[in-house]
Amino acid sequence: MIEDSSKFEITDELKSKIEKILDNHYHDFTQIVGILLDVQDEIPQHYIPKAAAFYIAEKLPLKLSVIYDCITFYDALNEEPRGRYPIEICDSVACKVNDNDFLLGSLKELLGIDFGTVTYDGRFTIEKVSCFGACDRAPAVRINKTVYGPLKTKEQVRKLLEQFV
Amino acid sequence: MQKINYITENFGKYDVFSIDSYMNIGGFQSLQKAIDMEGEDIAAVLSDAGIKGRGGAEYPMGRKWSQARAVKRPHHCVICNADEGETCTFKDRELITNDPFNLIEAMVIAGWAVNAEDGYIYMRAEYSHLRPRLINAIKQAKERGFLGKNILGTGWDYDVHLYSGAGAYVCGEGTALIRSIEGKAGRPRMKPPFMKQSGLFARPTCINNVESLSIVPHLLHDAVPYMQAGTKESIGTKMVSVGGNVNKPGVYEVPFGITVRDIVYGLAGGIQEDHKIRLIQFGGASGKISDDRILDISYSYEDFAKNNLIIGSGSILVIDERTSVIDFLRYTQDFFLHESCGQCTPCREGNRHIRIFLEKIKNGTYTDEDIQTMKTFARVMPMSSLCGLGETAQNALKSAFDVFPEVFASKTQTEAVG
Ligand SMILES: Cc1cc2nc3c(=O)[nH]c(=O)nc-3n(C[C@H](O)[C@H](O)[C@H](O)COP(=O)(O)O)c2cc1C
Ligand code: SF4
Ligand code: FES
Repeated sequence: MIEDSSKFEITDELKSKIEKILDNHYHDFTQIVGILLDVQDEIPQHYIPKAAAFYIAEKLPLKLSVIYDCITFYDALNEEPRGRYPIEICDSVACKVNDNDFLLGSLKELLGIDFGTVTYDGRFTIEKVSCFGACDRAPAVRINKTVYGPLKTKEQVRKLLEQFV
Repeated sequence: MQKINYITENFGKYDVFSIDSYMNIGGFQSLQKAIDMEGEDIAAVLSDAGIKGRGGAEYPMGRKWSQARAVKRPHHCVICNADEGETCTFKDRELITNDPFNLIEAMVIAGWAVNAEDGYIYMRAEYSHLRPRLINAIKQAKERGFLGKNILGTGWDYDVHLYSGAGAYVCGEGTALIRSIEGKAGRPRMKPPFMKQSGLFARPTCINNVESLSIVPHLLHDAVPYMQAGTKESIGTKMVSVGGNVNKPGVYEVPFGITVRDIVYGLAGGIQEDHKIRLIQFGGASGKISDDRILDISYSYEDFAKNNLIIGSGSILVIDERTSVIDFLRYTQDFFLHESCGQCTPCREGNRHIRIFLEKIKNGTYTDEDIQTMKTFARVMPMSSLCGLGETAQNALKSAFDVFPEVFASKTQTEAVG
């Protein structure tokens, strides 16, 4: 089950992590995009919980609406919880013509999930993204910033997923 | 085949985490040369080499630097555009991976040439694994006095800052990029004011692509091999990223004037399972397409212009016969539909409706009127969109009208043919 973002409660530990991130960015509100990316990295489900966004809005001279304008505008920032290993599958042309449909089919079958759902153990989600510049490894996926590809057989996909067990 | 490594000369020659190792192969000597030169003379070196911007728009680089210098307002800044969002474009990735110090040296030279106080590198979030090597390069360059206060005793202060994108293709567009660095959503704005007058934080701003900048230290070191490569109108070399249905997708440095065949069948190893080529797209999603008649044309600005093509970012996407023209166009259209910021109507709605027309053609449920409307939209979008994304989104489709007219044949004709 994906937990509800609004039920997320901010811990003192996360607060101090956010403080540290703000320090790293010199509490400079123009660096909000970088700050949000760093905060997202601290959350196991790779998203910005509402409570975290509110906390940042308190600490910086920024309106909450500006923070949410960024979160909703940028694809790399997420409002909703994801798997601990979100599988970003490239859906652009170089991967498309290298049979990323087969790759997507294999992922769906092996994990038993579709877009927008998470595996029962909270580990994986599958998400379509635009070209991430690994077209020489098409068809490719990206999991927590690492590119994997080319993934042409079901066996390769199975081996990949096993790494995250 | 001619093998050349001018821009890629340093690849594999030094430890990308060590400034000493970079300096051992002559690193930062071009900066030493540069500070003995007037900015105008540095711009002239670029103009003599005929360098056109490698980010896509092909604007003459020497002219851009000269114009940036001419702006008399204070607090100039320089931006390196490392957003590299065009599909099938990944050459900047290789430059940052294999030669990060050269890029930092280039940023300092650029700063010196246009009298800047700050330099910014805006790198796409998808390349975040490359951040440590750039952060390290900036730090070590600072420790050695190539950045920071009173650089090399000149009394000039200059710093380089690294910013991250967050997954938006449109942020490669200059005005969107600066908004992103300013901590806003990256929606483009109208020009003027032009970046050179009022860009990042309303400061005069000179923006260049990673590859454009990366050439500069090499040119100041020794321009001769570069000037001898290429053709009369396209001097030098270009980084190309070849992908799609080729056997050896990858990044190659090629002299201008090489044939497309030598790139596709030579360097990139030909087509998977020896399939026939359906089409080739040059310059990324916003680039134009051709059929295999382009193979024996030389890869140069002049010959590409004659064939209604653009070199642009240098991406070469090869699609074989297993994919139809209409499917290719649908994939490309999906990209723009997803990446349009939605701020202006022609681009937001145009992309959406063209996607629907393409779907109808695919299903054979279109009417002649649909084709006409689609052509009108493709013509009107570039004229009325606010930024380069909407202006170029239909390049592939418009070139397909010319190269593959049969795909858009009138319904009455197709029925007659059967
Ligand atoms: C939608 C859009 C996306 C762009 N993306 C990039 C990009 O990712 N990298 C880049 O260098 N230029 C990109 N450009 C071109 C830049 O706006 C700008 O022309 C370029 O960075 C200037 O550098 P150059 O003259 O060295 O090429 C893009 C333009 C548009 C309209
Ligand atoms: S042309 Fe497209 S991407 Fe550019 S501002 Fe308009 S809607 Fe946004
Ligand atoms: S098209 Fe898939 S990574 Fe570029």
